[in-house]
Amino acid sequence: MDCHAAMRGRGGGFSYSHAAVIGSRCGQPVGCRRAAASTAMELLSDQGLRLDGRRPDELRNIRCKIGVFSQADGSAYIEQGNTKVLATVYGPHQPRGQAKNKFLFDEALVNCQYSMAVFSTGERKRRPRGDRKSQEMSIHLRQALEAAIRTELYPRSQIDIYVEVLQADGGNYCACVNAATLALVDAGVGLREYAVACSASLANGEIPLVDVSHLEESTGGPNLTVAALPISGQVALMEMSQRFHCDHLPKVLERALEGCKDIHRILDEAVRKHVEETGRASGWGQVDRAGIVL
Amino acid sequence: MAGVLLSEAEKTFILHGVQSDLRNDGRSKQDYRPMELELDIVTHANGSARVRLANTDILVGVKTEIDVPKPEKPDEGKIEFFVDCSANATPEFEGKGGEDLATEISNFLSTSFNSGLSFDLKSLCILKEIQCWKLYVDILILECGGNLFDAVSLAVKAALHNTMVPRVETMAMDGGNVDLQLSGDPYDCWRLDIKNVPCLVTLTKIGEHLIVDPTAEEENCSMASLVLAVTEDGRINSLSKTSVGSFHPHTLTEGLKVGTEVGIRLNKALKEALEKEEKRLQADKPERSGFLK
Repeated sequence: MDCHAAMRGRGGGFSYSHAAVIGSRCGQPVGCRRAAASTAMELLSDQGLRLDGRRPDELRNIRCKIGVFSQADGSAYIEQGNTKVLATVYGPHQPRGQAKNKFLFDEALVNCQYSMAVFSTGERKRRPRGDRKSQEMSIHLRQALEAAIRTELYPRSQIDIYVEVLQADGGNYCACVNAATLALVDAGVGLREYAVACSASLANGEIPLVDVSHLEESTGGPNLTVAALPISGQVALMEMSQRFHCDHLPKVLERALEGCKDIHRILDEAVRKHVEETGRASGWGQVDRAGIVL
Repeated sequence: MAGVLLSEAEKTFILHGVQSDLRNDGRSKQDYRPMELELDIVTHANGSARVRLANTDILVGVKTEIDVPKPEKPDEGKIEFFVDCSANATPEFEGKGGEDLATEISNFLSTSFNSGLSFDLKSLCILKEIQCWKLYVDILILECGGNLFDAVSLAVKAALHNTMVPRVETMAMDGGNVDLQLSGDPYDCWRLDIKNVPCLVTLTKIGEHLIVDPTAEEENCSMASLVLAVTEDGRINSLSKTSVGSFHPHTLTEGLKVGTEVGIRLNKALKEALEKEEKRLQADKPERSGFLK
C-alpha cells in the first residue's frame, strides 16, 4: 500500500539548476532548465554522501542571531545552509487592524505573515506575499507556532509574527518556524517549548535524508516536513509531498524528528548564549563570591 | 514614522534643539547618523547591498533579465524599481499596508533615474530594437528609523555598483532570429557605470530650519520635507516636496543650496565606503556576516 498523503508539490515551485545560478537563466527555454534538474541525479552517492557532500543524517550549517532589530518586540535571523530568514514579533498587544473585532476572550490571537523577498529565489518572484503559496505557508506557520505559544496567558491580545525569506534554498518553512521561535523567545512570549521544524526525504527508496536542500527537493524525492515540540516529542504539523511506501514512513518521520531535536539543541544553545551576553550587565549567569549562581 | 507618539513638550524640545543647532542625539543640522554598508549578501541576485542607517535597515537586490526594448527607445535598456515594505518594519505594513509608501519611493526613484543624465540606459542595450537588459532593482525595507529615501538611494547605488551583468554575444541573424550566446564562465561579467547615479537627500523642515537625516521622532515634528536627487558633481536630477506642509520660496532656494552641498558629501562618503567594501570582498576569504553581525 502506498501513502497517498501527497499534497501540493513543494519542490516544483522554483525551477533552476544550481549549475546555472549566475545569470545564465536568460534566453534559455524553460524546458531546458527542467531537463538539467531532472537528469538522473542520485540523491545519495555510492559512498553514501548527498549531492552537497552531507551524510544522510547531517543537517546544513545553522547560524543564527537573536535580536536583530531594535524597534520590534522580538526579532531573529537564521541561516540554514543557504536559506536565510528574518523573523520579527510584535506583541502581545491590543488587537488592531483587521483582527480588532476578532479578539478572543480567553486566549491570544496569533497572527502570522509569510513573505518572500522578490529576489530570494533563482527566478525573480512577482509578488512578495499574498499569493496562494504564501497564504498557505502563513496558515501552517500559525498552526505550528500556536501549538508552542501559551496563548492562554494573554487573553484579549494579539501576537504578530512576521517572517521574511531573504534567500530560499529549500526548507523555507522549517527555517521560518525556527526563526519565529527564536523571535518569540526574544520577545519574551511564554512558550510551552520551542517549536522546531525539519524536513526529511527518502533516497534510493530506502535511506532517509534529513534537512532537504532545494537541489534535493527539485531532484524529485519525496519530502516530509515536520514541525515538532521536540522535548515532549509531539508533532505540531506534518506535511508530505509525493508518495512512498507506507513501511518507510516511520523511519522518515523519525529522521525528521531527530533533525528537530538536533536543531532544538542548536537553538537552545544560541538562546542561552544570547541571554548570557545581554544579561551580563545585570550579572545574569555570573557566580558570586559565595559560589551561588545569580 | 510608524508608531512614534510625541507629546507637545517633546516636540518643543526637539524644535529648540534644532534652533540651537544641537539635535537631541548630539548632531548638528547637517550631520548624518553612522551608516553600515555591506555588499553581495544575497547570492541569488546579480548584485545586492544592505544599508543600515541607525535604525533604518534596507536590503536591495538587483536581478537582470533579457527583455525587448521599448519601440520609442530602441537602443535603451530598462530599469524597474520595486519597493517592498516588509511587515518586519512595522505591523502597519502587513498585507497591503505599505503599498502607498512603496509606490511613492519607487516612483521618485524612477523619475530620478529616467533623466538620462543619471544612468546610461544605452549601455544595457544588447541588440538595437531586439534585445536589451532589464534591471530589476528590488528594495526591501526591513526597519524604519527615519530618513527612508536617503537610505534607500544609498542602498540602490551600492547594489548597482555591485551588480554583475553577464556578457552576452549576439550571433548572426537567421530569418530575423537572434541567437544569444552567454559566456560559459559565470564570472565573465561587466559592471554598471554608477558615476552619475544620484543619491537622495531629504531636507526636513522643523520650525524655520532645514535638517538632514531626520530620525523618526524628528520626522514626527516636521510638516514638510524636500527630497533632492543629487549626483556626485552636484547636479540636481529631480526634486520633490513630500508630506503636507508648505515652503516659502526663500527657504526652498536655500534648501537647494544646502542639499547640493550635503549631496556631494554623501556621494563622496558612499564612494569611499564602496571602495573599502570592495577591497574587503576581494580579500582571500571575506566574511559574509549579513544580519549575523
